[in-house]
Formats: sequence, C-alpha cells, structure tokens
Amino acid sequence: MTEVKERKLSFFAFGRKERRLVTEPINDTNPITVQILGVCSALAVTSLMWPSIVMSIAVLFVVAFSSFFTSLLRNYIPSQVRMIVQLVIIAFLVTVVELFLKAYSFPVWKQLSVFIGLIITNCIPMGRLEAYAMANSPWKSFLDGVGNSLGYGIILIVISFIRELLGKGSLMAGSPLEVKLIGNSSAYLINTSEVSWLNWYSNNNLMSLPVAAMFILAIIIWIQRSSNRKLINIS
Amino acid sequence: MRSSKFIIVFISLLTSIVALVLSVLFTGLKDKHDENQVIFSKKSILLAIQEELGDGSVLDMTNQEINELFDKNIEQLVVNSEGHILDKEAVEAKGYLGGLAEDVNLSKEKKKKETDRLLPLYIYKGKKDNPIYIVTLKGSGLWDEVSGNIAIDADLNTVVGASFDHVSETPGMGAEIKDNPNFRLRFKGKKIYDESGNYRSVKLVKGGVFTDPEHEVDGITAATLTGVGVSKMLQNGIKSYEAYFKTLKK
Repeated sequence: MTEVKERKLSFFAFGRKERRLVTEPINDTNPITVQILGVCSALAVTSLMWPSIVMSIAVLFVVAFSSFFTSLLRNYIPSQVRMIVQLVIIAFLVTVVELFLKAYSFPVWKQLSVFIGLIITNCIPMGRLEAYAMANSPWKSFLDGVGNSLGYGIILIVISFIRELLGKGSLMAGSPLEVKLIGNSSAYLINTSEVSWLNWYSNNNLMSLPVAAMFILAIIIWIQRSSNRKLINIS
Repeated sequence: MRSSKFIIVFISLLTSIVALVLSVLFTGLKDKHDENQVIFSKKSILLAIQEELGDGSVLDMTNQEINELFDKNIEQLVVNSEGHILDKEAVEAKGYLGGLAEDVNLSKEKKKKETDRLLPLYIYKGKKDNPIYIVTLKGSGLWDEVSGNIAIDADLNTVVGASFDHVSETPGMGAEIKDNPNFRLRFKGKKIYDESGNYRSVKLVKGGVFTDPEHEVDGITAATLTGVGVSKMLQNGIKSYEAYFKTLKK
C-alpha cells in the first residue's frame, strides 16, 4: 500500500515495476537477441571493443531521451505523421551527440565516423518509440529506453570482446586502456613466437569481418534460448 | 485523427524548435570544431615525419605542444601545378583567408581541374641541408574521402614517412589505414621513381606478394576498396607535385 502511495507522490519513482523496465530488456526481452532489433549495427561496429562501448553510450543517450520526449508529446503527436515526428526527435538527438563528440572528443568522433549518424537508422530507437513511448508516461519510457540500450550494449560488448580478442589479439584498442594480449611479436603480453606450445596460434582475420558477428550472435542467441526458461516457452 | 491544419502547425513548430536548437549548438561549437580540425591535420603532418622528429610520440602531445612543434620546424608553401610558388596574396585571392598552406581546403581543391589546383607543401628543415618535403594528398576511399601526408627525402625520390586519415571508412577495416600504427611504417624507404627516372609512385598490394618491392606496400586485409582509393590517391596526388620538384632539381 505504501509503495503505491509513494509512486503517486513522486514522478521519478523507482519501484519494482520501474526496475523491471530496466532489467527485463537485458535478458528476457533483449532488443538484439529476442526482439531482433538493431542487428545491423551489432554486426558492423563490433570489430573493436572501444567503438562498441562509445556506440552503446551514444545509443543509451539517444534512446532514453527520445523515448522521454516522444512520451511527453504523445498526446499531441498526430497519428498520421507519428513516424516522421519520432524520426525528427531521434535525428535531433543524434546530431547533438555528434556535435558534442566532435567538439570535446575529436579522436573518438574520428574513429566512430559513420556509426554515430547510423544510430538514426538503428531499429531500436524507432522500435521502442512505437512499441512503448507512444503509450506510456515519460519517466517509464525513459527507463524503458535505458533498459533496452543496456541490453543492446551488453550484447555489443560481448561480441566485440570475442571478435577483438580472436581477430586482433588486443582489447580496447584505440582507447587509453588498450591491452595487447596475444600475438606473435614482443609488443604483445603473450608473445606466441616465444611460447613453444602456442606457436601455431595466429590472429583470425575472419573475426574482423562482419560475418563473424553473425556467427557469434547466433551462438549467443542459442545459449540464451536454451538456458532461459521464459524464452523456451515462446519458441 | 487530427486535422491537416493541426498537423502542419505541429510539424512546423517541432522542426523550427529542433532547427533553432541545432543551429545554436552548431555555431556555438564551430570554433572548437575548427580548432580540432586544424590541430588534427597538423598532427597528421607531423606524424608523417615522426621517425625524423624522434622524441615522444606525436599522437600523445597536447594541442599546444603540437602547435609549437609545428611552428618551429615546418615551413609552409603553396605551389601550383606548373611548379610556381604562390605568395600569400595569390592564395588569399583564391578564397583562403590567411594565405598559408594550412588554410588551403583540399576537399575544395580536389573538385577543381587538375591544372587549377593549389598544392600545399610542408618542408621540415630540422636537419641542415637536408629538407624533407611533405606532400598532402586527398582521394576517395570506400565511403568518403581519404587523405594522406607523404614525407619525401631531399633526393625527391625516397619516402621517409607517411600518415593517413579518412572521413568515414569502416572501423577495424578501411579505417586501419589510420588506426593501425604499422601501416604507415610500411611506406618508409619506398621510391617514387624507378631507376631510369620514370614516375611510378607507390601502390598497395594484396597479401604481401610483391612483384616490385620498391614501389609496393602490403595493403590492409578486408579493406580492398579503401586500398584501391589509397593507391589511386598516391598515384595521382604525388604526380601533381612533379612540376615543382623539377624546379628544385635544376
């Protein structure tokens, strides 16, 4: 009873329902592996970890705030042109992200190049606005956006971790935290040319190609579907 | 269903607000963007002669250090395709305020006819009597522009260093021309002219199978089209400086 009262009092309540909005998309309704949204960028950006992380943060910002603004306007948005309105809001936020990145983090902006602009065409913002923000309150929509981008980000980071490690032998290349883990020169932590039982190892270039993300994503979906009971029932 | 009138008013209002906020942000951040861009191209010119400069990686320097190093060591020239040096006024007359080589917009020049182009040239005079000429090149990659700085030794034939940049090549693939620190090192020691003095330039080849090792460099795996663009840029770009180099040789 008290919980209900609190929720009415505060606009920014964070009760059990709200928590579920954030946690559910991480596993049960993950945008990439369950809703199959935003797969295009998951295949393209994940060759390195650092761009994937920056991309996830940018998507978090865009999805959360576009959900918030769309939900604020939801009673006024004419249904005939709602898609265009949603697109304007998304494109607006993406441009803001890009302008700020270019001004304050020029090297990262250079590195992410096209991908920031491609958030506009990412299916997650559009999908969440249509499916959730158009019918729910601003704060809940905001949390839904945060949850879905977290679910998206986690998958991106897992795929890019595997791809960068096996494809380039490094982790977080291009960032201040760069670690060169395994490779056949002295620049790497594990120098395979010096370890006798590892000298067969070489970086797998296939992992740097988008095709590798397809395999890895499929394997992640497989593991998730066979371990998560809720998903077994659906399929 | 909303009336058409409401829709028009709503959309006009929304787009005006969005446009207003974005234009304020854009003009507010423009100085910062331009400054970043200038520093970035200076950094990339210095990176081409990193091995000659020695102390400290150019990439780790602060903006101020880059400016100091650049102003102290680099002389700027603008030449035309006939090999004449243009003075400040002539460059300003072409629409580049400031009149220095760094003020020349290469993307604009690329769209002009080859004979009309202004060619910025940077000269490193750190070593006495042995200037290094750094030519700046612009070409087309897979998605957008690629650019490069090639440092050529005083013999006007041997490449001593290179650096590359791009606008929107794919990270992990085409973007490796900039991100892979080993790629630019592969250009060191390559020759522009063959033994009989014919212009050959340098090109990228697949898989490290060389037929002409003095003029070939191992390309980037999984970035064939970016590689083709870079090869083309090296082929056409260095050639346009030939006229000026000929005046030096006399």
